[in-house]
Amino acid sequence: MSMTLEPKAVRPITAASDRPDYLNADYSILSWLLTLDHKRIAILYLISISVFFFVGGFFAALIRLELATPGGDLVPGDTYNKLFTMHGIVMLFFFLIPSIPATLGNFLVPMMIGAKDLAFPRLNLLSWYVYIAAGVLAVIAMFNGGVDTGWTFYTPLSTRASHTQVFLTALAAFVAGFSSILTGLNFMVTIHRMRAPGLTWFRLPLFIWAMYATSLVIMLGTPVIAITLAMVAVERAWGVGIFDPSLGGDPVLFQHLFWFYSHPAVYIMILPGMGVISELISTFCRKVIFGYKFIAFSSIAIAVLGFAVWGHHMFVSTQSMMTSVFFSIVTMLVAVPSGIKVFNWTATMWQSSVSWQTPMLYALGFIGLFTIGGVTGLHLGTLGTNIALTQTYFVVAHFHYVMVGGAIMAYLGGLHFWWPKMTGRMYPEFWGKLSALIVFIGFNLTFFPQFLLGQQGMLRRYWEYVPEFQVLNVMSTAGASILGVGYILPLFYLLWSLRYGKPAGPNPWGATGLEWTTQSPPISENFEKTPVVTTEPYRYSREEAHPVH
Amino acid sequence: MGGFDPRILPESASTIASRIDALYWYITGVGAFVTLIVVVGVLYFSIRYRRTSEDYFPKPFVGSTALELTWSFIPLVLVLIMGFWGVAIYADFWRAPENATDVYVIGKQWMWHINHQGGQREINTLHVPVGRPIRLVMTSEDVIHDFYIPAFRVKMDVVPGKYSHLWFEATKPGTYHLFCAAYCGTEHSRMIGKVVVMEPAEFEQWQTQKADRSMALQGRQLFQKLQCITCHHPEAGNKAPILEGLYGRRVALDNGSTVLADEAYIRESILYPAKKIRAGYRSIMPTYDKQVTEEELMKVVAFIKGLKLGGTPPLMQYSEAPAVDDTKKTPTNPPEKAPENVPGKNK
Repeated sequence: MSMTLEPKAVRPITAASDRPDYLNADYSILSWLLTLDHKRIAILYLISISVFFFVGGFFAALIRLELATPGGDLVPGDTYNKLFTMHGIVMLFFFLIPSIPATLGNFLVPMMIGAKDLAFPRLNLLSWYVYIAAGVLAVIAMFNGGVDTGWTFYTPLSTRASHTQVFLTALAAFVAGFSSILTGLNFMVTIHRMRAPGLTWFRLPLFIWAMYATSLVIMLGTPVIAITLAMVAVERAWGVGIFDPSLGGDPVLFQHLFWFYSHPAVYIMILPGMGVISELISTFCRKVIFGYKFIAFSSIAIAVLGFAVWGHHMFVSTQSMMTSVFFSIVTMLVAVPSGIKVFNWTATMWQSSVSWQTPMLYALGFIGLFTIGGVTGLHLGTLGTNIALTQTYFVVAHFHYVMVGGAIMAYLGGLHFWWPKMTGRMYPEFWGKLSALIVFIGFNLTFFPQFLLGQQGMLRRYWEYVPEFQVLNVMSTAGASILGVGYILPLFYLLWSLRYGKPAGPNPWGATGLEWTTQSPPISENFEKTPVVTTEPYRYSREEAHPVH
Repeated sequence: MGGFDPRILPESASTIASRIDALYWYITGVGAFVTLIVVVGVLYFSIRYRRTSEDYFPKPFVGSTALELTWSFIPLVLVLIMGFWGVAIYADFWRAPENATDVYVIGKQWMWHINHQGGQREINTLHVPVGRPIRLVMTSEDVIHDFYIPAFRVKMDVVPGKYSHLWFEATKPGTYHLFCAAYCGTEHSRMIGKVVVMEPAEFEQWQTQKADRSMALQGRQLFQKLQCITCHHPEAGNKAPILEGLYGRRVALDNGSTVLADEAYIRESILYPAKKIRAGYRSIMPTYDKQVTEEELMKVVAFIKGLKLGGTPPLMQYSEAPAVDDTKKTPTNPPEKAPENVPGKNK
């Protein structure tokens, strides 16, 4: 198991401080597997999701290689179908959804609000075990032939036609959902009940607001996907007619239930990223965030509106015309809170003091890529253009700009930003900047051609394609190889820094925020004594936040 | 790598395509403008205000309600224009013109079966005339498929258990890609074909060459063979409603409501007759679920759609080749084929 490597990996760390920290409090494997410390659980999650990220990335690499030529010549059609299905399932359920909440969120929510731990430490550990159980189920399904329904499990393909591991994979996604529910519940209670004295709602860091909005979506949406997947399993296993028209069911009903969760799930993935970006922009501009309340409430607005837009995935599904009109117009409204965030980040940079360090490069990349991902969402949310573009590579490009250009850029930016806090070590800045640049270039080269492909009519989930699409596909595959390098580099230099990185000190960035007031890595209890908060966040001044090395 | 098309948008060959493209350019323009503002702003600020001194702390600005309202309101207006512009196009996409010609499409793993009213059958190819609205009546025999013609900018899911519709009017003769756009299993990417758009005269010629007994005529024979005629007949003692002139009318049901007798209603009433009972009748009709193929069903539907007053075939005179094809659209139907080629033949 991957987590057993961890004690070895961190053993060499000695904190700058002579006090024991959460990493060297105990070295035994059991002390990790049975830990109730939110910081250690965050590390367990970090290792697990990293494994799944590279598994999903491996599938992506094979997909791009197959698509370098128009004919299906690298893998058979059924294998290709399994590759994109498992790429989607692994990346969404086992990487993106837990990524920021379960690693950075787990580590930071208590620290940012001045608490010793989350409200329910045992539930927190349970959520990791549930996640691992789901991951094991998914891996068993993969080794037993995988699944070929697409991550969307559309019926009746999934219930009647597919002869692959649908049941097991659906069960894995079902179980993984409980892991996110436990995390969401824990965050919500913690944020309500465990804030430090003086830490009022409008003194919370924006990352906390984002986590709160995310938890709301997780708790309201995830049960619906769970029951929907259970219905798929029941129909498949026992022929109970729910979605299959030959059994008296309705396949479009499945799509409504599926997207009722899976659209909000997009916000589960991107809202935490927005929270990270707010922290990064403020810190590396050394300036209070512009429009704090507008950013905070826009997170809530996105979370709420996000529950009333699912039908925009179904404009050509035979849902009624008025249904489509409703969902299209509500979708348009989401542009407003999303725009508010982007404009406020940009405004924060005005007359600031911008430091070009690695996390900031990721943040700048995020703003550009997320904006492109957002405005191309308008093409798809608008009824007329949706008819032409839906189901094409335009959709693939759009959601990768949001999920990879947005969520993963934010995740990497956040990981670099809080890495010194989590490990007590600085990563090598040169390699950090270089890989951020490679990721940005590789990303655009991979996914921008896909917008053009989609406009030309190339469809997603196509194993073969007509020859006129090859030029753009080759560009995309070439870009993916660059992107791959950009993702593998941090794996090496971050691991390298565990042993050889410079000691970070409590606050290497000169950031505000309670997590930077304690030592790096923090002690098991986080703070020597409970902090008392007297001001709004992001108050940068010479006295308060000079870098401490 | 032949045939690379350097254009941003592919060839546009339907009436709706140019309208969708205009909206596309509006959205792209707005999007590019917003992206440009953000990217230029971010780049300019990060260079202009780059950190030169570790001791410099910039003046804080906590925000500006006026600015927030500005950058909420202007985007709101821009996206609402988009939204309602899209609604206007979608409304026309949804409603086929009255004079559209119906073509029947069945999707199955992994091919397209196309039935023209004149009895012309095609696989993975659809011939249509230029400048005339065509309305596809589509269903699937297995999983969800999607009929997509990039040059026309239109697509619609083809769903098992129901009819979906897609209409278009081609504006340019030529041959265009036909793709399945809904992932449907192993050979999804091979479920492709072409749409051949012809000049009307050329199309008439093609139609004449390929003509077989019309769908309605075949449907009429099925109507007799499947014993529908036994009850749906003026001399049958009012056991079941007479279907002449039914299509497109609103009919009264026994629960007091009314329903539009469209293709979906006719289909449902054949497969699941007990679901909607006409006012004044008893629920005595047997189900035809799983007893007719989708293609046979479409033929019966096509027959009932075209059934005019007095058009019900004579009772108990089921014949292979009726003297008069009272529903035919093409005047040049060739003579009947050999009996072994007749679908639904019953000896």
